Amino acid sequence: MVTKPDIDLGQYKYGFSDPENYHFKSRKGLDEDIVREISQMKGEPEWMRDFRLKSLEYFRKRPVPTWGGDLSDLDFNEIFYYVRASEATGKSWDDVPEYIKNTFEKLGIPEAERKFLAGVGAQYESEVVYHSLQEDLENQGVIFLDMDSALREHPEIVKQYMGTIIPPNDNKFAALNSAVWSGGSFVYVPKGVKVEIPLQAYFRINAENMGQFERTLIIVEEDAYVHYVEGCTAPTYTTNSLHSAVVEIIVKEGGRCRYTTIQNWSKNTYNLVTKRAAAYKNATMEWVDGNLGSKLTMKYPAVWLMEPGARGEVLSVAFATDDMHQDAGAKMVHVAPNTSSQIISKSISKGTGRSTYRGLVKVHKGASNVKANVVCDALLLDESSRTDTYPYMEIEEEQVSIGHEATVSKVAEEQLFYLQSRGVSEADAMSMIVSGFIEPVAKELPLEYAVELNRLIQLEMEGSVG
Amino acid sequence: MSDTPLFQVENLHAGIEGEEILKGVDLTINRGEIHALMGPNGSGKSTLAYIVAGHPNYEVFEGRVLYKGENVLEMGADERAQLGMFLAFQYPTTIPGVSMANFLRLAVNSVRGEDDGEGGKKRIAPREFRRMLREKMQMLNIDESFATRYLNEGFSGGEKKRAEILQMAMLEPEFAIMDETVSGLDIDALRTVSEGVNKLYDGTMAMLLITHYQRLLNHIKPHYVHVMLEGRIVQSGGPELAEELEAKGYEQIRSELTPAG
Ligand SMILES: Nc1ncnc2c1ncn2[C@@H]1O[C@H](COP(=O)(O)OP(=O)(O)OP(=O)(O)O)[C@@H](O)[C@H]1O
Ligand SMILES: [Mg+2]
Repeated sequence: MVTKPDIDLGQYKYGFSDPENYHFKSRKGLDEDIVREISQMKGEPEWMRDFRLKSLEYFRKRPVPTWGGDLSDLDFNEIFYYVRASEATGKSWDDVPEYIKNTFEKLGIPEAERKFLAGVGAQYESEVVYHSLQEDLENQGVIFLDMDSALREHPEIVKQYMGTIIPPNDNKFAALNSAVWSGGSFVYVPKGVKVEIPLQAYFRINAENMGQFERTLIIVEEDAYVHYVEGCTAPTYTTNSLHSAVVEIIVKEGGRCRYTTIQNWSKNTYNLVTKRAAAYKNATMEWVDGNLGSKLTMKYPAVWLMEPGARGEVLSVAFATDDMHQDAGAKMVHVAPNTSSQIISKSISKGTGRSTYRGLVKVHKGASNVKANVVCDALLLDESSRTDTYPYMEIEEEQVSIGHEATVSKVAEEQLFYLQSRGVSEADAMSMIVSGFIEPVAKELPLEYAVELNRLIQLEMEGSVG
Repeated sequence: MSDTPLFQVENLHAGIEGEEILKGVDLTINRGEIHALMGPNGSGKSTLAYIVAGHPNYEVFEGRVLYKGENVLEMGADERAQLGMFLAFQYPTTIPGVSMANFLRLAVNSVRGEDDGEGGKKRIAPREFRRMLREKMQMLNIDESFATRYLNEGFSGGEKKRAEILQMAMLEPEFAIMDETVSGLDIDALRTVSEGVNKLYDGTMAMLLITHYQRLLNHIKPHYVHVMLEGRIVQSGGPELAEELEAKGYEQIRSELTPAG
């Protein structure tokens, strides 16, 4: 666990320096100075600076994980750990790779949005939507801010929860994120409040939305509900090759949280994300996770089922095309009795793409009457594509019911022939079969995401992307 | 209109994994004709249907299959369907996660293609598609819920057969092969499906009904009947041939024929 700095919060009320007056110059590599500079530039309280510095220490001590994907090409010295928004948006549209531009075109992403998604423009104008939404939320006592603002405006809540679900020393990349985090979302839903519409990260006005080291914290109080949606199906272009986010979620008694992400990083990116939620008595946590793009993704959304009646669910889709490795899965940790969990993982590998399901179901001693179910299905589209399944189970209790099912299939010739015999082209038939395969997850997505996801798969099948 | 037959099979030798199953099949079907192809289990009826439809696993050793005078053997299954050919499968395939309606919309549009600028068929509007689907489902007595069910998933044998005819009704082919479309149907379903097929038969389209039972032919009246034995059409005639077959059985037909040389 994190050592909680013992400081009086009031002292920092006026402790923020004016970020504009500080001149930060981005440079590659990571050391204490960079971390101090980030913290100072953001005008953070001392405890946050110390949290960052401590995390940096952990990051240095921790070895690079050797399980999972191949990280041997990842050079930590070649990365910008903090880039000011103004610099980040200063890059030009000409620098954006052709295949990404084509995909925007084909997905029909509006001009203004394209630049933003490519990280070369200011955020497109959703201000109007944002403001009316904000007003609505404020009336209900809901806080929805970017993490930097949350730290300024609600330091006490941030301090109380940040790093409690994913301590900085949890793993190398969580430590890295804790040291250099910037941006991300902060959501606080008060007791009994049910947020009707999904909260979308892009409503937040913040150029650091697409940052590399986002830090997201969601607190759902008793009997409250929120659906948080993040990401988009269009490729997110970044010249920086490392994206390492941390998402921490607390769902208190009777509360429910659904977190939907679709990510499509450009092919040069390592996407190494730590996502974990704690669900308390009768609470429900659902992760809906879609991974497209990137060079390597390692992501295993977790739910710790802390008290009786807690329920966890992970629905995930991974799509690996040429030269990509999607190493994704889920973790369910049953700490308390009478808890239940469900993991549904669907992966598709195309060309030289590789997808791995890596999951853990752990049942602690004493957690009786646990129900857990794991379904992982892999679909291979080519002879050269590859899939592996690592479904770990650590069961320390006898009275449990654990189900596990795994299938690996190829697109059957019979299915292709059947669809083609109805006049459907081979590419359309292929994308129809693939869409059908992921339908159990896609139908849980907000409609526009599901439509875009299917469109993207169609583009991949036509071989016109990348 | 030319007098080129709509559909012709010439001296077709074909099979699978190097093994010859069809040993020289000849068959000509003109517009407006209904033909029945009968024969015992394993005689090669479905093999012929698959090869005509373009199943990639089958090999053709010799011969041609002509549709509107064009050799279709080099074409993909999708192209053949786009030309107006259709096969109702003996064993329809399940496609998980793909709803009947979504699939049919794509199929109908694929077959219709882009507007050809000559007053030909063109893409169907969503509203028109829904109307058409509802109408055809009613005609075949298929419950509306099937539109949102996944293609053939969990369908009973009879439901699958009906779904095949629904697809045929939606795609409006000019030439349809129906492979054992009525086997496995209960009496009521047999009546609904055959009534449906009779309604679809507009006098200009052509059909090839594959069956090993004469029963179907009481409901859909063929103009011609062919008997297939061991990969060859050994006898052809009018509707009376079907009755003769029913009375004699395939064994007798076999023994009446001089051994094939
Ligand atoms: N994929 C295959 N591999 C090997 N043999 C095959 C294959 N498909 C068909 N055959 C063989 O070809 C022969 C003809 O089969 P086919 O399915 O065409 O018969 P059919 O006349 O349609 O029979 P039924 O009345 O039972 O439907 C059979 O002996 C069958 O075993
Ligand atoms: Mg057959």
